[in-house]
Amino acid sequence: MAVIADREGAYAPPVREENYLTWDHSIKSWLFTQDHKRIAILYLISITVFFLLGGIFAMLFRIELLTPAGDVFEADRYNKFFTLHGVIMIFFFLIPSVPATLGNFLVPIMVGARDLAFPKINLASWWVFNVAGVFALLVLVTGGVDTGWTFYSPLSTSYANTSVFLAVTAAFAAGFSSILTGINFIVTVHKMRAPGLTWFRLPLFIWANYATGVVIMLGTPVVAITLFLIAVERLWGVGIFDPALGGDSVLFQHMFWFYSHPAVYIMILPGFGVISEIIPCFSRNRIFGYPFIAFSTLSIAILGFFVWGHHMFVSGQSFYTGMVFSFLTMFIAAPTAVKIMNWTFTLHGGNVIMTTPMLYAIGFIGLFTIGGVTGLFLAAMGLDVPLHDTYFVVAHFHFTMVGGMAMAFFAGIHFWWPKMIGKMYPEFMGKFACIIIFTGFNLTFMPQFIVGWLGMPRRYHAYPEEWQVLNVMSTAGASILGFGFLACIACLIWSAFWGKPAKQNPWGAKGLEWEVCTSPPHPHNFTSIPVVTEEAYSYTGEEVLDID
Amino acid sequence: MTSVTMGPAEPVIPHHFETKPQHNECNILGMWLFLAQEIMFFGGLFTAYAVYRFKYPDAWEAGSAELNRAIGTGNTIVLLVSSLTMALSVYFAQTDQFKKLVASFSLTMVFGAIFLIVKAFEYHEKYTHGLIPGAWWDPIHPPEIDDPSKMQLFFIMYFIMTGMHAFHMVIGLIIAAVMMIMMLKRKFGPNKYMPVEMFGFYWHFVDIVWVFLFPMVYLI
Amino acid sequence: MSEEHHIVPWKNYAINFCVITVLMFLTVWVADQDYGVMNLPIALIIAIMKTLCIVLFFMNVKYSSHLTWVFAGAGFFWFLIMIGFIIVDFTEFGGMYTNSLPGSQSAIGVP
Repeated sequence: MAVIADREGAYAPPVREENYLTWDHSIKSWLFTQDHKRIAILYLISITVFFLLGGIFAMLFRIELLTPAGDVFEADRYNKFFTLHGVIMIFFFLIPSVPATLGNFLVPIMVGARDLAFPKINLASWWVFNVAGVFALLVLVTGGVDTGWTFYSPLSTSYANTSVFLAVTAAFAAGFSSILTGINFIVTVHKMRAPGLTWFRLPLFIWANYATGVVIMLGTPVVAITLFLIAVERLWGVGIFDPALGGDSVLFQHMFWFYSHPAVYIMILPGFGVISEIIPCFSRNRIFGYPFIAFSTLSIAILGFFVWGHHMFVSGQSFYTGMVFSFLTMFIAAPTAVKIMNWTFTLHGGNVIMTTPMLYAIGFIGLFTIGGVTGLFLAAMGLDVPLHDTYFVVAHFHFTMVGGMAMAFFAGIHFWWPKMIGKMYPEFMGKFACIIIFTGFNLTFMPQFIVGWLGMPRRYHAYPEEWQVLNVMSTAGASILGFGFLACIACLIWSAFWGKPAKQNPWGAKGLEWEVCTSPPHPHNFTSIPVVTEEAYSYTGEEVLDID
Repeated sequence: MTSVTMGPAEPVIPHHFETKPQHNECNILGMWLFLAQEIMFFGGLFTAYAVYRFKYPDAWEAGSAELNRAIGTGNTIVLLVSSLTMALSVYFAQTDQFKKLVASFSLTMVFGAIFLIVKAFEYHEKYTHGLIPGAWWDPIHPPEIDDPSKMQLFFIMYFIMTGMHAFHMVIGLIIAAVMMIMMLKRKFGPNKYMPVEMFGFYWHFVDIVWVFLFPMVYLI
Repeated sequence: MSEEHHIVPWKNYAINFCVITVLMFLTVWVADQDYGVMNLPIALIIAIMKTLCIVLFFMNVKYSSHLTWVFAGAGFFWFLIMIGFIIVDFTEFGGMYTNSLPGSQSAIGVP
């Protein structure tokens, strides 16, 4: 016989009809909450701040690139701007974006649990993330860092006289917080599924976050130790990676990319999960080839660890290793293509409803496909030699990360906004912002493919005059893109206070969070643990939108 | 149901779990995931060590010869004994034997502390031999190899790897001290031994790291 | 109650400890012998045997679910992936370091 402790304790269901947002308004109940839904909101606030900060740095160096001469900022300052843009966007926006916000919110609800397996560790994750954020802000006030987000040695260890130590500490701590989230997801998905919720009834969003957790757990510690060695080398003045002191900088790149390539799958896999939810919902169609999407997610997670050498084709990696990595990189395109095909087939024959999340999702499919296909150019070992470190690479990864991940993130935020906040965002403004973002994005990065193909190297603040037209286009696009993001965020914040209250299932969607949970959910998610009797995405085409 | 002398009278289940086995399995799985990431963390160090050993075999041999194998062997035994007492602590917690639990857990901490003290003496010996890399590098027996400066790299890796291991032991001892206080308040028992077992996992893992460090640094 | 969880008799722990200690003295003894290139593999094999003893019996993985086996194994396996690829790169036959590619050293177009 077991005692059920705490069920009437810390956050017992109140007598009144309450939800997780309103049951306690004190600051303490937010900052020390163990409720996964509140932690998701906290994370959402934190990463929005960093997203805007990273965006400001992007705007600053795009202004410098308006003119061929380096006239607005000197080279040092330019280097700091793109480094801070990279460090903040990667470690403080892209990596935590979907897992820490939507994942934290939805993983327990979608598996039919009352919380993640380790609520305290989940809270610790947010606190560690903020400590990392404080270090990142310290980097800003102590003069920035100019090594590029990759921290390549010996630049970072022997030559840079900027706040490299603080920056690697920030990245180290941010990585640690993501490890805590990843472990929590894996355990929750394995051990806390509701009765009847078999693996192949799970929403694909769960598969995606599970796979992300595996990549985080196995990859992040390696970059942690690598950055630790960088810090030691800097503070102690001994040569671990600096060839002049007897070390080996190729080893640094190997260890760095062993994490940092899988890290792009940490960033994009949850986005795939979001898209896999939105496409069937607004196509009113069962998802096409569920097991293929599920297994392609896992195979991307595993194959992702075998391809890191494609960052090092021109870095002194040996020839045959490069060939193997080139070959394996081609391989990883297959599971990604499987997903794109399956989403497209889901749209086919469906009753497509063009809501804001759906617009973002369709934008995602197009932009991510371009990003993925150009990735194959770069995976080809011969073609990578001229294209390496040009704007072609910059455009490629921004198509996957902004066109892919940021679009998926905003798609998901709009899709689950009624559930998370309990308010409807204004549909017209949502669509308007989406179209602005799409336009601005393409105008920013399409010219960069061309200018990169023409040979413009990345990370320079000056360039020959014949490339000015393309760079002006890109900067113009960046301002449109920035405006679009601001419009989108402003619209969401406005609706959180003054939006119309959301019904329980405004989209007519399938899934535990829509069919069982109220909007916003109860502090305990469910009054009683649900029993799942059907597969995910059992859309019939009969579902209707339930919006006033 | 027989009454127990320590720990909660009945199993305690946090609100978000359904059953006690589910709670336990979550703990065990979560701890293993944490250890898997620890393996990768130390794995990075071992990789760097292996690469440099491959590149500079002479310097590695010369560096290894500078280490005191007797002390290393002794310390290995100390750590293995502490692992044994740790495993026994879990057993005593499961079987409701308060005095033996406290005794064996104390022994675990004592042996852990002995290990660290011996390590400190060892580091001091390296210091007196001028084997601290960086500005203090001034070996009293320069190795007779082609490029003596490469031996410095061996000692960098030696200090980072053993230092990171020692750091994990210090963290372990801090956690153990907190657990000791809870143990004396009879917080753990047959119905709540998971914290002891989880700490044991961590302690054994630190032991495993040493099992690899010892032959790689001292012996070969 | 804890009947779902396997309680291992203390004698098992004691026996396991003795085995590990014997293995440790074995590895010290072996280190004094010279087996040429086999020195390293022998030391590693003994270390792996000791690890298995600790993991299986001190950490009770032997009585744990298959899931634990999978993730415990995944940690070690991924470590092998990392060290394997990197060491292969550094030991590469006819790679960039020796500039002795068949044909010419500029076959890959990089200095």
